[in-house]
Amino acid sequence: MLILTCPYCGVRCDETELAPGGEAHLKRFGPGSSDEEFEDYLFMRANPNGVHFERWRHVYGCGKWFHAARNTVTLEVYGTYSAQVHAPPQEIRDAVSNRVPGWHWKDES
Amino acid sequence: MGHYSALAIAREAFRDHRGWQRAWKSPEPRRRYDVVIVGAGGHGLATAYHLGKNHGITNVAILERGWLGGGNTGRNTTIIRSNYLQDASAAIYEKARSLYETLSQDLNYNVMFSPRGVMMLAQTEHEVRGYRRTAHANALQGVETEFIEPRRVKELCPIIEIRGPRYPVLGALWQPRGGTARHDAVAWGYARRCSAMGMDIIQKCEVTGIRTSGGEVRGVVTTRGDIDCGKLGIVVAGHSGHLAEMAGFRLPVESVALQALVSEPVKPCMDVVVMANTVHGYMSQSDKGEMVIGGGADGFINYTQRGSFSHIEETVRALVETFPMISRLKMLRHWGGIVDMTGDRSPILSRTPVGNLFINCGWGTGGFKAIPGSGWGFAELMAKGESPLCADLGLNRFREGRFIDESVAAGVAH
Repeated sequence: MLILTCPYCGVRCDETELAPGGEAHLKRFGPGSSDEEFEDYLFMRANPNGVHFERWRHVYGCGKWFHAARNTVTLEVYGTYSAQVHAPPQEIRDAVSNRVPGWHWKDES
Repeated sequence: MGHYSALAIAREAFRDHRGWQRAWKSPEPRRRYDVVIVGAGGHGLATAYHLGKNHGITNVAILERGWLGGGNTGRNTTIIRSNYLQDASAAIYEKARSLYETLSQDLNYNVMFSPRGVMMLAQTEHEVRGYRRTAHANALQGVETEFIEPRRVKELCPIIEIRGPRYPVLGALWQPRGGTARHDAVAWGYARRCSAMGMDIIQKCEVTGIRTSGGEVRGVVTTRGDIDCGKLGIVVAGHSGHLAEMAGFRLPVESVALQALVSEPVKPCMDVVVMANTVHGYMSQSDKGEMVIGGGADGFINYTQRGSFSHIEETVRALVETFPMISRLKMLRHWGGIVDMTGDRSPILSRTPVGNLFINCGWGTGGFKAIPGSGWGFAELMAKGESPLCADLGLNRFREGRFIDESVAAGVAH
């Protein structure tokens, strides 16, 4: 059972209280972009077996979207943070680096 | 390799069963093969089998990280059907279903194909309309299905509560020649034939890198040494994204856990497969008497081969509502598999940006039923560079907007 702490209301939520929203920090492409960029934005996903940044929504709670850093192999949660950022904040990156030696944030945007 | 027959059983009975041979060899990998297939699950083995049988390519190695058929091939709920809405899906799934009909004879291995009939319940007005439409589409595609009324549902499967409190059964899409097969036997049967054709099945051999030069694949790096190849086929379901990354391209795929469970064995009580997509659960009874139950996939990426308990709870709740008599059954085993979901919930059988590298993935929650057809089409694609069965299932459909949208057409359960 996955448990995430909502960074807005501070509630420790069981996953039944949350809705998953897929990969985080995707760069949006729209009208005027190339087909490749649009395809990338809509369909291509990192899908890593390891550290993953993703969006969640606290649907049965405060209703807000937030971000989580999670490991898809061990299900370890490194932390949750605000949805109002384009990349994970330093403390989240540090939390991941502490647990996964050699990991570093790949800025793909 | 001996031929399996009633005569062989009688012969062996007279000599204490000492004459049986191993079903397939376990050779050391050679340095080079014409074709290397990564993944010795049903799809990988079926591909190798059809490369040999249909195209005469037998200098083939099938590499497997774990053990043969130990991934999703041994983890599914063994349902076989082809009642899809879109033409491209119906074509490949119906090809697979029709190959299953004679697979035991073709492989000389009993895969226990049981065309007992598959019923997809319609429990809302929308589903009634949707399944009527699918039945019409199937008629045009040459897939034998019909829309049946609730009374007939009750006749075919008396243990269904058709007047349920939340979602009464309003009818069903019935495919009489759908059914189940023994999933392990499918992998074992293909493996035995591949080995007999001289192909090398190499287990406990993990691919850790893909070598390319000049935009073409040259070989793979494995835990048992480097292996060169002329063509490479990636058929690894949930780990497709990982392999694609090694070759330097991305896939429109996300890997999630799909769960299933079986009950204690009970006396025969249902002889059809029932899928209830509105309440989200499906069930059939195995030959051993266990009720085999499957449900929905998690909504988040997960590589652990175990899913969330909340999904099991949902599935069981839905099925108890549909089949009240199972409410006191004890569950014996529960497991998960990693399935690769694409944006349109249809598979990808395609060339890739890397020359001579082909990928077969994205079967999501419904790969088992497609194994023979997938192998047929993918082998043709690898041997000839194109295949009518795979033509619409290419990677480029996402860029070009030519989706084969079964997520809407087939509901949630595949």
